[in-house]
Amino acid sequence: MTNTPPAAVAFDHVSKSFGPKLVLNDVSLSVSAGEALCILGRSGTGKSVTLKLIISLLKPDQGKIWIEQDEVTQLHGAELSRIRRKMGLLFQDAALFDSLTLYDNLALPLQRLTQKTPAEVEFLADKVLGQVGLAGDKLKMPSELSGGMRKRAGLARALVLEPRILLADEPSSGLDRITASEIDELLLGQKAEHNTTLIIVTHDVHGARRVADRVAVLDQGRLVAHGTVAEVDNSESDVARHLISG
Amino acid sequence: MSNVFEITGKVSFFALRAVVDAFRPPFEGGQIVRQLAEVGSRSLTLVIASGFALGAVMTLHTRSTLVTFGASAVIPTVQALAFILEIGPLVTGLLVAGRVGSGIGAVLANMRATEQIDGLESLSIDSFKFLVVPRIVACTLALPLLTLFMDFSGLLGGFFSEYATSRLSPQLYLSRAFSALEWSNFWPPTLKTCVFGFAIGVISTFFGYTTNEGAQGVGRAATNSVVLSSLLIILLDVLLIKLIFFVFPESAL
Repeated sequence: MTNTPPAAVAFDHVSKSFGPKLVLNDVSLSVSAGEALCILGRSGTGKSVTLKLIISLLKPDQGKIWIEQDEVTQLHGAELSRIRRKMGLLFQDAALFDSLTLYDNLALPLQRLTQKTPAEVEFLADKVLGQVGLAGDKLKMPSELSGGMRKRAGLARALVLEPRILLADEPSSGLDRITASEIDELLLGQKAEHNTTLIIVTHDVHGARRVADRVAVLDQGRLVAHGTVAEVDNSESDVARHLISG
Repeated sequence: MSNVFEITGKVSFFALRAVVDAFRPPFEGGQIVRQLAEVGSRSLTLVIASGFALGAVMTLHTRSTLVTFGASAVIPTVQALAFILEIGPLVTGLLVAGRVGSGIGAVLANMRATEQIDGLESLSIDSFKFLVVPRIVACTLALPLLTLFMDFSGLLGGFFSEYATSRLSPQLYLSRAFSALEWSNFWPPTLKTCVFGFAIGVISTFFGYTTNEGAQGVGRAATNSVVLSSLLIILLDVLLIKLIFFVFPESAL
């Protein structure tokens, strides 16, 4: 009898529609703990929806979604909060709270969801801001930050509760090559230091080749390729080969 | 027509959820105080200025008529009755609906469009309890306080207008203003503004929080918040006056 650890995230025949538009169609995949999965696909093929389904901001029409040992599609309230605490989500546009300073953006979840003292909250927020290179900007408002800084701030907020699973929606979109590489380095550092599971939605093939242990390719709501970069390079799907070749 | 019933049902459910969540821990004391300050600071100057101007103008209008009948002595009484019973609560409600309701609708709709609400949820923070409930509570508590400012700035405006014409002393003006008023006339209309505040809070947070139309939804949420809050305030005013007369018959003059 093998003793395989449960997957960090697993989709079991998941479908999701918005009105008549079928966005995800019978998708099954799993991501092991500590693994980095990059999801590639053309715009509107359900990549961001996949992330929102994982963190239960959306519910699937059919299928089951597992986060470690928990099936989350029927969870609400405190149970769902417990599961979400395991995850952090970096939004495409960072989704920083625009009425709060950068420091308060990070302190808010710590103050509300942990029993930490104000000194501990400040220490942790400063530490994470330091990790993403924003220690000197903690009193700035989100509107005062550049695109790259906002991404790093969004990443800092996603990391502040020390999630076991980090979801990132287009972490390098709108950034120059150097800044995008810095974001990739931060993600890789998080994986290496904390064995964090990474699920990254991206159009950046260079970044995906660097960060991903495995790649999943979505096309018209279907999973058309799934495997290592080399496997997807040799996939039967034209779309997958075209996307991964950049 | 079915759309009206659908919206009414959704808003009613939204309001019920807000009431239940307001009494469910953890309580959002800090957020409520912050929102109360926000509602107050946004509206206070407007309420005081409007009250003062309305008071002055109303005195000018009523004076010419009452002097004809030799009843200029009752100008302060008419002024006080008009403001405390009706003008103060109603105008404050409409001003706050325009000033604060549109702001709440736009802010929440913008937070929805820029995924800030999803951001809260992703951090396991109950966005409804954190964003909606404090705003509704703040509107409910702020309206009676703002109505007091409206009432007294209206009387002040009336006094200055009267003083400029007849040199009536402040003491005599106040004594005549409150001669026909009892506490039973004062409390029910002032407290009915809690209902107005609740309505403004519910309508504006509903349209802001539930919008799903991106940037376009921000403008629509702001407009819907103002229009429907204002209409609802006028409708509630009629219903509440009947209710007040029924529950507090002594308040009917």
